[in-house]
Amino acid sequence: MTPPVPPTPAPELTWEPPHLIPNFWWRWATVLGLVAYLAYASTALDLNWARFVHGLPRAWDFISRMVPPSFERWELIVSGGLESLRMALISSFIGVVIGVPVAVGASRNLSPWYVYLLSRGYIAISRTFPEVIIAILFVKAFGFGAFAGTLTLVAAASGFIGKLLAEDIEDIDPGQVEAIRATGAGGMKVLLYGVFPQVLPRLVGLAIYRLDINLRASTIIGIVGAGGIGSALFHSFKRYDYDFTLAILLVIIAMVMVAELVSTELRRRIQ
Amino acid sequence: MLQVENLVKVYPSGERALKGCNLTIEGAQVVAMIGPSGSGKSTFIRCINRLVEPTEGRVVLDGVDVTALGMARLRRMRRQMGMIFQEFNLVERLTVMENVLSGRLGYVSFLRALLRRYPRQDIAAAFRLLERVGLAGYHNNRADALSGGQRQRVGIARALVQQPKILLVDEPTSSLDPKTSRVILRLITELAAEREIPAIINIHDVSLAQAFAHRVVGLSAGEIVFDGAPHQVSAETLNAIYGEEDWSRTIRPVTEEGEETADPPATPPIAAGVP
Amino acid sequence: MSEGTEQVWRRHTRQESLQRFSIQFGLTAILVWAVATLDIYWPFALDAPRQALDLARRMVPPDWAFTPHVLQPLLETINIATLGTLLAFVLAFPIAIMNARNTSYNVLTFWVARVIVVATRSVNELVWGLIFVVIFGPGAMAGTVAIAVRSIGFVAKLLAEAIEEIDRGQVEAIEATGANRSKVFLVAILPQIMPAIMGVAVYRLDINIRQSSVIGLVGAGGLGIVLTGAMNLFRWNRVAVILVAIFLVVVASETISAALRKRVT
Repeated sequence: MTPPVPPTPAPELTWEPPHLIPNFWWRWATVLGLVAYLAYASTALDLNWARFVHGLPRAWDFISRMVPPSFERWELIVSGGLESLRMALISSFIGVVIGVPVAVGASRNLSPWYVYLLSRGYIAISRTFPEVIIAILFVKAFGFGAFAGTLTLVAAASGFIGKLLAEDIEDIDPGQVEAIRATGAGGMKVLLYGVFPQVLPRLVGLAIYRLDINLRASTIIGIVGAGGIGSALFHSFKRYDYDFTLAILLVIIAMVMVAELVSTELRRRIQ
Repeated sequence: MLQVENLVKVYPSGERALKGCNLTIEGAQVVAMIGPSGSGKSTFIRCINRLVEPTEGRVVLDGVDVTALGMARLRRMRRQMGMIFQEFNLVERLTVMENVLSGRLGYVSFLRALLRRYPRQDIAAAFRLLERVGLAGYHNNRADALSGGQRQRVGIARALVQQPKILLVDEPTSSLDPKTSRVILRLITELAAEREIPAIINIHDVSLAQAFAHRVVGLSAGEIVFDGAPHQVSAETLNAIYGEEDWSRTIRPVTEEGEETADPPATPPIAAGVP
Repeated sequence: MSEGTEQVWRRHTRQESLQRFSIQFGLTAILVWAVATLDIYWPFALDAPRQALDLARRMVPPDWAFTPHVLQPLLETINIATLGTLLAFVLAFPIAIMNARNTSYNVLTFWVARVIVVATRSVNELVWGLIFVVIFGPGAMAGTVAIAVRSIGFVAKLLAEAIEEIDRGQVEAIEATGANRSKVFLVAILPQIMPAIMGVAVYRLDINIRQSSVIGLVGAGGLGIVLTGAMNLFRWNRVAVILVAIFLVVVASETISAALRKRVT
């Protein structure tokens, strides 16, 4: 039986256990570096045990004020929740509508370089900034309320769909596209018959996934004034109505969980 | 040494894997257990160290009732039972030496295991065992870089570094080629003889069983239907165990290299309850 | 002569057609409801493009002189993300063990772990930030704990999945030597999930950097605080600089993270 790897020389009676980082100096440098960083970071952030312990009675006070949750002002919860739902639905739809051409533009196999760069740039900007930041900017630009919120989610969704769909488009079978081109069809028809049939299942899955994400996002961008149940949440904090806060939180958690279940189930059925 | 009394195992699905098995092993015997797939060989051997919990029955090792022990004492008892597996079951990402030393886990503290500071005698024993199984110099190789036969040798070393009182071997050669299988089986039986400990070996190759074991036990559908010397395994026996077949090719041990004979190993063990 | 029945090609069967129609109808109905009931003040909406341009104009040119004031919060953001992720890992390990079917201690701990995972995942970082600002006061401490708590669910879920996928044979072998649960975990399970641990750590750190830049909006430290400050003072040129900083750090983090994850898996 030939050994696949050559053995090391004759064994001594001592054995050094293998380390993650074999080189002695690198290993200790990393360890010390890590310890130093932890020490620096915790002092820079002013983290210490005393502050933590100090916070515990406040935590207890907070929790006791949250429980039991108060659904007294349930109309606010319902209206906020519905507004979040509407924002999520509309923005997902428009997001897909915009996202598809963006995706086509961002696919190297379908577009000229200037369109490609432009689309990729748009995708980069919309995906780099967290939704909340986009929300703040839009609120400042367009005023408080669901309009800014919907636009925020449209921007985020179009970038999301654009990027992921573009990845899929770049992966398609070029043979099918070629065949359609060979019939003399041009531009839109090639897209319709050659490209879309291949990416449609994934697009539907992405749309459902994005709807789920948008619903989550729509519940919190209200914190910065962009509509939805988030603003009710924020105001309850400011007014110390912590039992109302808990009620809203529970509703948000329920909405998110239901959305996730429905979304996973639907996507499972489609694939 | 080892007494198995009325061992019964019923799985939650209702399957009766073992229907009351009795086995007694005295002295340093190599016992081969043969039988078709699903006959309960794996279940039987795992009931001895309670990797599978028996439904009824007793297992007594060296006077200690294994089946009645609580978890902590069971673990101490397991240290004395070395197990060798069909799929080798080495921790792939660890080196050969770490795998062999893991046999001593029952003896060292968690802290030592964490820092991998095993006692010097353990390391020395590991080196000796690696040399004995023919893997000298391989101690720093990663387990997943070895061939099947080499991995099984590490498995053997791991079982033996426990300094066990008995070897439980579950189909050690099913994943190996015929030549390697003989080498591995010879290694196991030689080591068991050197340390004067008994070994129970599950094996489906009847000719190998006859060539290397002192005693053959046949299991069929959860019951022991044969218990005797290798040369007593006849066509009728195999019919009882496996069902009707032309057994003429299977019974004679194959003498390819001319080194195998039909006789059992040189040192005769104390004969167990052979009918 | 032919019988009179022509071959008609239908793309869908009658049943499929009906299905498709009802789905399309349903979707359209939902959308119409959503648009109709959304509370939009149309004069504002139509004015939107002009407003957007106005805002953009005010951000340019960015106030580069403000950059030094951005560096310290930037560092704070990174620190919050790193410490938060680290803390989350430490806390998530036992929860992951409880959450994996093959290592969970008993049914009760399994469900408790499940609840913790779901709860921390469903509540957004910003909300955790709000909660911990109330408890610990504004500042980076609230932010670090918020990031940590939110990450626990994510990390624990992925680690539990990794634990459930390990090779049971290796665990069996170590159990057979007489090792107890903790040693079995150390020697048989941990080496098998190492790649998963590395991958999840890098992945979550990347997400956390993004989130840390935002929690300052509720007062929990980092760039978000400078951002709100500049916005409240209508210093849009400074806002632009902060946005550039956020953009750069997120892109950097994403590139490093993607490269590291390729190496690990």
